[in-house]
Amino acid sequence: MSMNAKELIARRVANEVRPDSLVNLGIGLPTLVVSYIPRGAPVLFVTENGLIGVGPRPPHGMENPDLIDAGGGFIMAIPGAASLDSTATFGLIRGGHVDLTVLGGLQVDARGRLANWMIPGRLVPGMGGAMDLVTGAKRVIVAMIHTAKGTPKIVEECALPLTSVRPVSLVVTEMAVIEPTAEGLVLRERAPGVSVADVVGATAAKLIIPPTVPEFALS
Amino acid sequence: MKTARHPDDLVAMIPDGAVLMIGGFLGVGSPHRLIQGLVSAGRKGLTLIANDTHHPGLGIGKLIDARVVKRLIASHIGTNPETQRQMTAGELEIELVPQGTLAERIRAGGYGLGGVLTKTGVGTIVEKGKPTIEIDGETWLVEKPLRADFALISARQADYFGNLTYELTAQNFNPVMAMAAATVIVEADEIVAVGMIPPDSVRTPGILVDYLLEHPA
Repeated sequence: MSMNAKELIARRVANEVRPDSLVNLGIGLPTLVVSYIPRGAPVLFVTENGLIGVGPRPPHGMENPDLIDAGGGFIMAIPGAASLDSTATFGLIRGGHVDLTVLGGLQVDARGRLANWMIPGRLVPGMGGAMDLVTGAKRVIVAMIHTAKGTPKIVEECALPLTSVRPVSLVVTEMAVIEPTAEGLVLRERAPGVSVADVVGATAAKLIIPPTVPEFALS
Repeated sequence: MKTARHPDDLVAMIPDGAVLMIGGFLGVGSPHRLIQGLVSAGRKGLTLIANDTHHPGLGIGKLIDARVVKRLIASHIGTNPETQRQMTAGELEIELVPQGTLAERIRAGGYGLGGVLTKTGVGTIVEKGKPTIEIDGETWLVEKPLRADFALISARQADYFGNLTYELTAQNFNPVMAMAAATVIVEADEIVAVGMIPPDSVRTPGILVDYLLEHPA
């Protein structure tokens, strides 16, 4: 189930990637998004360790030891790529020059605030670039499985430490597309075969339900 | 002019308890021979400022394995279970800093600034114990500058003035760290004659560099 769920999320998020934008993809599920962006679409990917113009993985034996992504995997640089040091890279991120970041999530609360960097006492990996990305990117999309083994991850108030107090732009799960607004979380779309009641039942925060909630359009 | 030195001579300058900045991102752009030198010399009690601690047995991870580090300032330790184990066991003191804030705190240290104002971390546990300041109705977190006794830098090319170039994602924290330490030691892939690096290609000017690591025999 989880592979299909992740693929569904990645395909829906890919629809949010606009032409001519500078995009950052987090490690894990968000990385799958790249597979569903139409080939030849003019999108530039930026990685936190200092490259605009991230290309595909190199063929075996053609890795450049000085060229990796933020997950440590070897990458290629597309023609027209630019390399940057960490101050410039995070200047881009904090300064609002990155159009979209797609990140994983542990919890999102009713105000649209994301927690995705630690579980006290259990998992303390450090925030890396996540706090800067959520605070500074023009749009922030959370791509995550709707529940943690049945326990809702969309909650009234995050119990886990926040990544930023700035609300995210959109939450995409295998069940729904939810948009944080000033009034609260709005249920914009539901996944094929999923009812509004299913989404409400798997969500621990109040959802605003518009008169019609269409099914996802997938790329 | 700088002369290239043997790693043992360079490591001998770094005393136990020193504050070090070490460049690199998951080992790419880290000065691996200097790191090995610190381990071999049995250094103890270092404060380390670095983006991450790579993996056990690799790059900066070797310093963690060998218990060289007493205090760590980093943005990410998720790739190194040994770092997390030492932290949980109370053997290693760790300050986690958002990656962009880490870069800017080092920049402030090197550029003569009294601190950084950033929105990153406002209202989160990163804010704990730090002042905030309101400017034109917006809240900013005040983050202090970082400086070090030594910066260990990895570069693509060095000339004998100490001018440096970097390559691709091996730049990361190296150029900014070269600004923020009292003594800067460089491990370059290649040392070239003065004049070989055109002025426009110099990313770290040689006046910042104190020592070059010699090439293996």
